Amino acid sequence: MNRRTVRILAVSVLAAALAACSQKAPPLNQIGATPELPAPHRGVMPDMTIAKPAAWGDRVPTVPNGYRISAIATDLAIPRQTLVLPNGDILVAEGRGGSAPNLKPKDVIAGKIKAKGNTAVKSGNRLTLLRDADGDGVYEMKTVFADKLNAPYGLAMIGNAIYVANQDALVRFDYQPGQTRAAAPPTKVTDLPSAINHHWTKSLAASADGRYLYVGIGSNSNITERGMAVELDRAQVWQIDAATGAHRPFATGLRNPTALAIQPGTGALWAVVNERDEIGPNLVPDYLTSVREGGFYGWPYSYWGKNVDTRVMPQNPQKVASAIAPDYALGSHVAALGVAFSTPAMGAPFADGVFVGEHGSWNRNPPVGYKVVFVPFSNGRPAGAPVDVVSGFRGEDGRTRGRPVGVTVDQRGALIVADDLANTIWRITPGTAPAAPR
Amino acid sequence: MVSTAVPPRSWAIHPFHAAVLGGVLPLFLGALLADYAYWSSYEIQWANFAAWLLVGAMVFTTLALLCGIVGLVRRTRRLGYVLVLAATWVVGFINALHHARDAWAIMPGALVWSVIVTVLALLATWIGFASLRVGGVR
Repeated sequence: MNRRTVRILAVSVLAAALAACSQKAPPLNQIGATPELPAPHRGVMPDMTIAKPAAWGDRVPTVPNGYRISAIATDLAIPRQTLVLPNGDILVAEGRGGSAPNLKPKDVIAGKIKAKGNTAVKSGNRLTLLRDADGDGVYEMKTVFADKLNAPYGLAMIGNAIYVANQDALVRFDYQPGQTRAAAPPTKVTDLPSAINHHWTKSLAASADGRYLYVGIGSNSNITERGMAVELDRAQVWQIDAATGAHRPFATGLRNPTALAIQPGTGALWAVVNERDEIGPNLVPDYLTSVREGGFYGWPYSYWGKNVDTRVMPQNPQKVASAIAPDYALGSHVAALGVAFSTPAMGAPFADGVFVGEHGSWNRNPPVGYKVVFVPFSNGRPAGAPVDVVSGFRGEDGRTRGRPVGVTVDQRGALIVADDLANTIWRITPGTAPAAPR
Repeated sequence: MVSTAVPPRSWAIHPFHAAVLGGVLPLFLGALLADYAYWSSYEIQWANFAAWLLVGAMVFTTLALLCGIVGLVRRTRRLGYVLVLAATWVVGFINALHHARDAWAIMPGALVWSVIVTVLALLATWIGFASLRVGGVR
């Protein structure tokens, strides 16, 4: 064999190897109660596909036939979650939190790359109030309801009190109907775990009887790479007594419970949870689940029930044995950040079920998420595949114009979506009339 | 007037080259020891130390490799030395990427790569300081 032959052989072997790498495996079914879970895998580098931000211009996100969408507020300072008040006013929590230091060279590099896919706007640290006084779908009033907050995220209302989950504390505003500006600084209900705040968002829901508040607290790492000591009181949902501020863990092992909602009728607590990264494009599915009192959902020791994550050492077989599998997989890396139960006023296709806002992936190629989906329910349980409700946030040109976060249902028949890349609030309503001018 | 004889340049190794080459082994060895500490204690901080020590090691290895390549061009360095140093660089780079994994995901690979790269670093340092003699010493 002469050198030329050797070289040709080498090249063809290399080409074959590359072809093998790029061959697409059949797509896995990662939706529903029993998602397919491949073996964990990580290459030399994690898969990263970062959103390339672009302006909406004259475009708007895509909605189903028979629905219309309009931007009811723009130029916000990182809107995350919204709350519809009894008089129809909308409160928007704006901000960015987290103070996690770079521990490894990797954090420095990955942080710079991921920042490209997010807004460059400064954290608002405020609540903005939007009002549509004449009911024409145009929210002509945009005013600051409260400011000087610390990365507010979760919002809930009990009676005449508005509760706000800052990244470090649960606080309460007294509220009078029609008010457009808080009369006084908020009262602290209780401190929330805030050291490091790798996952800083504190999601919030009020129990149906108004006695308790539930706060979702994310883990302080992807998978314990900051050590177990900083995971005290993390990756769990707290139940907080609204009157006294006393708290107890309601459920644990939920890696990052980014949004909570109370199911109408049953009063059950539901959550969307973001699962762990860096063990492949199809692990681990983010999920929607009813949250069982006292339940342990696996993090960090295992995922989707009892699938052991070997990156955690020492392991804990006893905890793994007690881990319960969530109800409904939404797909790996979709980054669900919003959840809201629908109402018949949203129209027949979306009468019974939940809306889920999917911020979109970074640790996956091709990217997923970047849309709002509807998970249909039947008899109070998820039944069927998710349906796209709002899409087109990531264009076919590879540009990303928006990233959905919180979703809220206005009982009068409107879906409110916060977009933290375009700094916009979108409103989706049944009806085919032309969208209100922006 | 004092007459001075200008001797021909007779460094066995250029002081800068010596300084950066001298940094390679201790830093890779430090990363290896930190990896061993994480392996035996599960204390995550050791994995962070190892990752940063590898960054330092790669800086010094890169500079030493550049000096080596310059020496190769100027025919004051042998190819063997540069090849061993290049191998140290490649394995060190793979090791640095490997250390970007989260928590125990770096094990046992981190320990294995660190042993290999430390041996290579020792070899490169040995050859780098021993192979060249200039002047009277033969």
